[in-house]
Amino acid sequence: MMLIPCPHCGPRAQSEFIYERTVDSVVLLDAPSQEAMTKLFTRNNPRGVDDEIWRHTYGCRAWMILTRHRVTNEISGCRAIGPEALP
Amino acid sequence: MINFSFDGKAYTAQEGDTLAAALLRNGIGLVGRSFKYHRPRGIMTAGVEEPNALVTVGEGGRAEPNTRATDVFVYEGLVAKSQNRWPNLSFDVGAVLGLAAPALSAGFYYKTFFGSAKKWMFYEYFIRKAAGLGNAPTQADPDRFSHRAAFCDVLVVGAGPAGLQAALDAAEAGKRVILVEQDNILGASLIRDPQELGAAWIEATAARIRAAGGRILTRTTASGYWEHDLVTLSQKLVEPGEIPADGVTQRLWHVRAGEVTLATGSLERPMAFANNDRPGVMLSQAARTYMRRFGVLPGSRVAIATNNDDAYKTAETLKQAGAEIVAILDTRPAASAAAKAAMDAGYPVHLEAVPLSVDGSRHCLRQVTARVHGATQSWKADLLAVSGGFTPVVHLHMQAGGTLTWDDAAQAFVPGASRQNVTTIGGAITPAAAPAFTPLSHPKNSFIDFQNDVTLADVDLAWAEGYRSVEHLKRYTTLGMATDQGKLSNMAALGRLAEKQGVAIPEAGLTTFRPPYTPVTMGLIAGAGAKDAGAHVRRLALYDLHAAKNPIWQPLGYWFRPRAYPINGESLAQAALREAKAVRNTVGMTDVSTLAKFEVSGPDAAAFLEIICATTVSKLAVGRGRYTFMLREDGFVFDDGTVWRLDENRYLLTSSTGGADRMATHISYVRQYLCPHLRVSAVNVQEHYAGIAIAGPTAKALLATLIGEEPPRHMSTVPAVISGVPVIILAASYSGERAFEIYVDASQADAVWTACETQVNEAGGALYGLEAMEFLRIEKGHLVVGGEVDGCMTPHDLALDKMLNKAGGYIGASGLARPALSEAGRRQLVGLEALEGDIPEGSMLIPSEGASPQGHVSAAAFRIIEGGSVALGQLVDGFSRHGEILIASSPTRGQKARVRVVAPHFYDSAGERYRD
Repeated sequence: MMLIPCPHCGPRAQSEFIYERTVDSVVLLDAPSQEAMTKLFTRNNPRGVDDEIWRHTYGCRAWMILTRHRVTNEISGCRAIGPEALP
Repeated sequence: MINFSFDGKAYTAQEGDTLAAALLRNGIGLVGRSFKYHRPRGIMTAGVEEPNALVTVGEGGRAEPNTRATDVFVYEGLVAKSQNRWPNLSFDVGAVLGLAAPALSAGFYYKTFFGSAKKWMFYEYFIRKAAGLGNAPTQADPDRFSHRAAFCDVLVVGAGPAGLQAALDAAEAGKRVILVEQDNILGASLIRDPQELGAAWIEATAARIRAAGGRILTRTTASGYWEHDLVTLSQKLVEPGEIPADGVTQRLWHVRAGEVTLATGSLERPMAFANNDRPGVMLSQAARTYMRRFGVLPGSRVAIATNNDDAYKTAETLKQAGAEIVAILDTRPAASAAAKAAMDAGYPVHLEAVPLSVDGSRHCLRQVTARVHGATQSWKADLLAVSGGFTPVVHLHMQAGGTLTWDDAAQAFVPGASRQNVTTIGGAITPAAAPAFTPLSHPKNSFIDFQNDVTLADVDLAWAEGYRSVEHLKRYTTLGMATDQGKLSNMAALGRLAEKQGVAIPEAGLTTFRPPYTPVTMGLIAGAGAKDAGAHVRRLALYDLHAAKNPIWQPLGYWFRPRAYPINGESLAQAALREAKAVRNTVGMTDVSTLAKFEVSGPDAAAFLEIICATTVSKLAVGRGRYTFMLREDGFVFDDGTVWRLDENRYLLTSSTGGADRMATHISYVRQYLCPHLRVSAVNVQEHYAGIAIAGPTAKALLATLIGEEPPRHMSTVPAVISGVPVIILAASYSGERAFEIYVDASQADAVWTACETQVNEAGGALYGLEAMEFLRIEKGHLVVGGEVDGCMTPHDLALDKMLNKAGGYIGASGLARPALSEAGRRQLVGLEALEGDIPEGSMLIPSEGASPQGHVSAAAFRIIEGGSVALGQLVDGFSRHGEILIASSPTRGQKARVRVVAPHFYDSAGERYRD
């Protein structure tokens, strides 16, 4: 079980979080149909670092982007997203 | 003196005995039967790696099968039974299988599968009876398991000399230390070989560790190494089968460690020779342990077979205890220092001596035969202590993602690079030298995996049949499976495979080490989440009022909702029909509190809702509502509900109960990730409001009485007050009748419910539950998420496409644009009317007997007033097939009915009843 550095709460056990999807699979609201389907159905599965969307469901409930190595589980970053994180 | 029983006979043990030690103390050599061939087996080890001495300990729901007799300490009243034998251990019918051994060789199952099905069924009957380990208890475990989280700077695994010293150093350096030991006393190899560090040193070191704030857990196994230095510890608070004083038998620790030190030592390896699985063949260190730790001499005429120096200590120990050493068979051609010393001391040492076979009865050993300098020689002996070298315990290092390196002198893998913050120390990284030797015996009865009855011949056969990879070998022969997970067998098998391949062992590969290190009982993983606590229960705000009526409950998501309120001994069907008739004829009321509810407010609320919902929202006037549905990104409908404009910039969105959590996550994701710029707040108010639905021809009049004003017209909403409590009235109908939903602060719901119920009773109406609601909505042709909305239907398939927001912009719009979603041949929502009999729910729709299914029945009920079976279903091109006759067939239930395809509205298709 990973230790996830929540940008709001600090390091917490993975069991407090849910995984949503990889960032590269996000379908933006204005994505053309072809691009949306490519994102949904032909996703990357890199053997290496990837950006993932997680939520601290049993904590602050905020969403975040976790940068994780998919083989070693090494976490190289975790940043907040949402209205509060807007510049 | 401790009393215990084994196979129904009473025995006594000494304080501190393992069950294995106690059995040996009582002269019991035969303790189990092997997995496939039912060969008689004795005690081979003195630790958790024991492959043979598996017993069931405890009784009733506390019984624990497949417990290693070497890993349970005898307590007063312990009840142990041998396994895999019938009618008894000594005379086992299944041992006849041993005669048929060639038929059960490697890959037996696979080969049989390729034979005729009849042949497999013939074998299966006998194999299921004869093969296997202990039986799982059928009664519930009366005891509990607990979980505990902990943190430390240094976690030390293994309390041998290296582990104790490491824990002491860390603790005295001011670090928070946890030291775990699977045994019930500290010391590990020091218990067997005190050397200069005796019991006093162990005790003093432990005291210093504790004094420095360290925590020492005995009877605790570090069973799994997970990500980011999380180690799970399984702690036995009582022995298997023992009754715990406070009800808790075991505890699972989740320890997040700053760093982990593995002082896990090594396991001695057996040797392969004919009949090496007989009772009386024991690992050399185990023989020494039984003498030194327990004071049990496991044999009086002892032969020793070894490829290393360690076994000479066993010879010395057993001789001092009074045993006669009849031969020391050393596979090495040259005498080591230890061998020379033994020769000088008068021990019968034979160099270049490889064991060939042993003979004996099912209870004990009689003779040992070896090849010495090329000549065959035999000795009378009742114990053969073997040492085939040492395998470091690298499991946790590997689970953490580390690599291994090959130690040629020890013929063993030792930890190489670590992936996580883990270091291995002590014997696990410096195993004693033990050169390779080649087994000379016939491979057929030379066992390498005792627990799975895998012999050298099986490895050879797998090789001959083309299995080259060690992973394939494992699966083909079942080598390395079951409770010992190859702790003793893997290296022997690898050696044989490498020999066949003509490569060095490291090139032959290695199977994966996975948690747990030793077996963990399922209850420990479940912890407090077992039995009724397996899933949490959400209780309705109106629970007590429902419970007082003793309804039939139905689980729905995490909720329990009344399914029906039977009176006067009614059955479920009778009660539901009465309740549904009340709704159709007069009035009924039901609890709809579990519906998902979201309050969406802010200047961009409508824009946000038009992203979530596939229908238009912005055109709603204040005080109006409408039906809506939501799509997944791929264009399929995943939920539906209603949306209400309560105020200029304030909306209430409802959706299905079962999809409530999913919808809450979806809305949060869309708001937070996709639309952070919108000025909107979307709050989950599912449990803030309790909901009461009142439906029926007299509902409007009844509500007028309750709120003292004209109720809102269909699909309108007003704020109101009932019994002094503010409520929101939504005029919406799921039943098909004029109906209202009343939403009220959950903490004040009782008063409103009671006021409504009084009116409903006075009007001659009834409470109704989910079953009646199902009848009503099926007859009306309304959808249910999880039924008709099954994740495979587009808005068009459900005839909802006319409601789609023409402007697009909603989630799923681009997915829906895919050409395939509007091609012919899709399943579409239809109604079904039985020509005779009842339509079986879940049945397939076929044009004729034997034809392929063209759809299925998603929900079946009947016309509430007129009677007659009707259903909703999905049918290929169903919209254009009204009038067709099909068969609704359920082969699994043996039910079928002829049905006519019709429009999915069986009641008031013009929708006149819910309008004023």
